[in-house]
Amino acid sequence: MVDLKVNGKTHAVDVPSDMPLLWVLRDVLGLIGTKYGCGIAQCGACTVHVNGASVRSCSTPLAAVGDGEVTTIEGLADGTNLHPLQQAWIEHDVAQCGYCQAGQIMSAAALLAENPSPTDAEIDLALQGNYCRCGTYNRIRKAVRSASEAGVAIFDPATEVTA
Amino acid sequence: MATKDMMRPFQLFQPESLDGALALADKHGGDGWIMSGGNDSLSWFKDRVKSPVAVIDLGGVTDLVGIRETANGIEIGAQTTLTEIAESDVIQSKFSVLSDAARHVATPQIRNVSSIGGNLCQDTRCWYYRDGLDCYRAGGTKCYADTPEGMNREHCLFNADRCVAVTPSDTAPAIVALDGQMTIAGPNGTRTVPAEEFFIGPAIDIERMTVLEPGEILTTITIPNTFSGATFYFEKVADRNSWDFALVNVAAAIIEDGSTISDARVVCGGVECVPKRLTVVEEVVKGSSRDEETAALAGQSAVRGATPLNYNHFKIPLMENLVKRAIRDA
Repeated sequence: MVDLKVNGKTHAVDVPSDMPLLWVLRDVLGLIGTKYGCGIAQCGACTVHVNGASVRSCSTPLAAVGDGEVTTIEGLADGTNLHPLQQAWIEHDVAQCGYCQAGQIMSAAALLAENPSPTDAEIDLALQGNYCRCGTYNRIRKAVRSASEAGVAIFDPATEVTA
Repeated sequence: MATKDMMRPFQLFQPESLDGALALADKHGGDGWIMSGGNDSLSWFKDRVKSPVAVIDLGGVTDLVGIRETANGIEIGAQTTLTEIAESDVIQSKFSVLSDAARHVATPQIRNVSSIGGNLCQDTRCWYYRDGLDCYRAGGTKCYADTPEGMNREHCLFNADRCVAVTPSDTAPAIVALDGQMTIAGPNGTRTVPAEEFFIGPAIDIERMTVLEPGEILTTITIPNTFSGATFYFEKVADRNSWDFALVNVAAAIIEDGSTISDARVVCGGVECVPKRLTVVEEVVKGSSRDEETAALAGQSAVRGATPLNYNHFKIPLMENLVKRAIRDA
């Protein structure tokens, strides 16, 4: 049994310690918001946070997480209040197929936590590890930009986010 | 390509001290695999090309993490992440070529977990070798890249010896340019090797990229103050702008005395199995002023003796221009 902290809850999981974190999240805990893309640390679809830093869960063995705090896309919203990035994603209708968006949003959230008002170049740099096969990069950048302008720390879900 | 993602089982060890890690490494010897951030290691395992019996994860060895300023320079624990190196105030102010190089590696997710030690010790990217073919580097008797049909546009220009693979690291040229010293711990105590000698080519050992023996662990990289606050240059050119291994990269450290260059170190990655220190370029630029003419001469002397393969001729002007820019634009 290993204690794994995910989205503020501790789960006792009975799996081998070399199991990739992604498998634990999806297959054991049922948190299927995090996606399995390539499985070889190339595409970024499986991005989650460990202690606030973005990592690729497909290539992170469970044992490497230790007592670190894992945050997945399911843990980003505050109850029913969406994270500003999630709100911006809806406002800008970012997703085409949507498969990459959990990873895109997690990378962007790690960026905004460190740098609340990034430039476009900084957004591109921070998201360079996340592929979008639909090519929605322009909308992704726009959404991150508007989430940052809305202000992550003082976000009020009642506030209209404009493009 | 075999099915990805399904790793063969291995026994995972997570020592919490260097002594514990060394004891495990010594016990398992050639059957053991030292893993740091795991990005190079897991791709080998998931491709089912290399399947070690015992994996020794250094992730919990906290005494190997951190950047310490000393009277003679800085000491970087081998488990320090590339993100920490890219963001370190002391590295940015004294040896910015290293923080620049670290920033150019892969992506934020990868830099968050990858260590400097892992980046320096990673294996080559030659796709024939990574695909599991029985090439010289894998213990076989041929090189698949250096054949009339071989796809070798990413391979070497210098000192091929049966194998034509190149060093993939972005930080290695910076560490060699800064005259880094590598501390290696092993069953018989520790030894220190200059970065320039840490990396080895196929003529010395075709199956290894570094002098590390089974049972040994790179613990510390020491950067002397020799080039502290010097003029630096780092540039990486890759096929894709977002994230990719370098086709060629260059790291330079230049000390100027008035308007003349009094000392310089220029190192290129992606052109040889080891980071290629360009001593001829260094001699050419010493005593000259940093201008267009010196830079052009530096570029020309950098590529002298290059022996391209079928598809990598383009690396010659690429390397020449990068060295030129390193001298001119630093």
